[in-house]
Amino acid sequence: MKIVYQNIHLPNSHTLAVYRANGGYQAVLKAIELGPDEVIEEVKRSGIRGRGGAGFPAGMKWSFIPKNDPRPKYLTCNADEGEPGTCKDRDIIRYDPHRLIEGMMICGFAVGIQQAYIYIRGEFYRETERLQAAIDEAYADGILGDNALGKGFKFHLAIHRGGGAYVCGEETGLIESIEGKKGQPRLKPPFPANIGLYGCPTVINNVETLASIPSIIERGGAWYGALGVAKSSGTKIFSVSGHVNKPGNYEVELGIPLKTLLEEHAGGVRGGWNNLKGVIPGGSSSPILPAEVCATITMDYDAMAKAGTMLGSGAVIVIDKSVCLVRAIARLSRFYRHESCGQCTPCREGTGWLAQIMTRMEAGQGTMEDIDLLQDICNNIGGKTICALGDAAAGPVMGALRSFKEEFIYHVEHGRCMAG
Amino acid sequence: MNERSPLSTGVVPRFSDEALKQIDAIFKRYPADRRQSAVMPILHLAQREFGGWLSRESLDYVAGIVGMPPIRVYEVATFYTMYNLRPVGKYHVQACTNISCWLCGSDQVMDALKKKLKIAAGHTTEDKRFTLIEVECLGACVNAPMMQINDDYYENLTADKVVEIIDRLP
Repeated sequence: MKIVYQNIHLPNSHTLAVYRANGGYQAVLKAIELGPDEVIEEVKRSGIRGRGGAGFPAGMKWSFIPKNDPRPKYLTCNADEGEPGTCKDRDIIRYDPHRLIEGMMICGFAVGIQQAYIYIRGEFYRETERLQAAIDEAYADGILGDNALGKGFKFHLAIHRGGGAYVCGEETGLIESIEGKKGQPRLKPPFPANIGLYGCPTVINNVETLASIPSIIERGGAWYGALGVAKSSGTKIFSVSGHVNKPGNYEVELGIPLKTLLEEHAGGVRGGWNNLKGVIPGGSSSPILPAEVCATITMDYDAMAKAGTMLGSGAVIVIDKSVCLVRAIARLSRFYRHESCGQCTPCREGTGWLAQIMTRMEAGQGTMEDIDLLQDICNNIGGKTICALGDAAAGPVMGALRSFKEEFIYHVEHGRCMAG
Repeated sequence: MNERSPLSTGVVPRFSDEALKQIDAIFKRYPADRRQSAVMPILHLAQREFGGWLSRESLDYVAGIVGMPPIRVYEVATFYTMYNLRPVGKYHVQACTNISCWLCGSDQVMDALKKKLKIAAGHTTEDKRFTLIEVECLGACVNAPMMQINDDYYENLTADKVVEIIDRLP
């Protein structure tokens, strides 16, 4: 079942002509007929949850925007796509940018938004060109503008390029960045739905979430809600990377067994299923699952939470038995140290300590006390910072300590890795 | 002074007329009273116009255009790693070594780049043609390992392939 990726394999799928020829910009017309309240109801009925990582119900988010508020309202699309392992939004932007634009228009119409921004990571230069070309086409065609689609509603859309800061994927860091500042996240509350961009009510949704909206409106929230499993409705794109025979972005219904995703879609684990060590299931911030859990777990929000990890952005990083897990986690710890914005002490200092200890552990110079210290540092970061970057830094370390502690101990005792 | 502190060259830059037109268009994307929002796009533009990096004079010049105190522009420029605060080579070779790329052989890619360019990561070749750096995840993980050279991604790399890519650059 393909929804977001339904057109990406068509020739010239990024053009307005191809999007139109395949039913494009019909959903927004339907939305206008339904009216704002009914559109929000349909999105609520679909049960779609935010595809960027947090998994918050999108319809609910839209309904939090205050009505009859004199301030302008804004929509910002999060196309920062920075969570290591994640590259699904890039293909939406490259191959079906009009689907994203239409999804944003539907949101704008439903919530009463006249100005929207797409915050795209700065490194996606070619993708930005593609997206800008689509926006230009939409303006030239009268789809966007003061009288969008000739239907009397005003909707403007512009791109804001990031500058290479992972923390700007956090919604309030993203807002700060659009305002022309360092991307340091804001304390919540107030939430962006009330005080967001320029102090005004703001909706922030991920690319994949917004690109799912046209189909939800076209075919109905109930139809979408029936896909997937309870509390995890619809389809999700999983970026499967690492040790599989066919890495790729796969759109499947939520609730698919992880083993099915790897074996039937991603070509199987390199060297066979028995060669699997573990899977980081939802981007680098999500705690790793050991192979025995991977054999039975399903890819949905609840199952992941129950296993002590998360669905996150849907980046499935597959790790086979040749890998030194201490080294892998050390690499991630250095990433979080680099990306901590420095605002909150537990994260700024904690990510530094984690990276330092993991690096010496990797070099065979760690001690048994270091293993406890890692756990202690994680406990002192988690939940004690303004944004989730701190928790994200602790996630991989805690996951590895939970499932692969023997590898840490081996490193301490032998000064080298089990995997050789 | 560390390597991300603004560096003075003594040369005050000027945007071309074409760039000034682009700047007008950039300001129009944001509400009229929110000119500061334009600072990031204008810094990106300045970096392209002024030889691939931003000197202290470039930052001051952008501050004047946007109407921000220079220190606020330094804050932005030093926070975002894509703003180069030191000169870079004609080709800015950025190899990802984060988890997905590492699992798929980014060590070999990095080694091949170092050997080919005869420099360590973080350095520029003597002829100023190449700067090589190690970067964090660039979001092309299913085609790992990958690197970016200037505006372009190069994916599904091998040690042999990177040598070919470097050789083919004009």
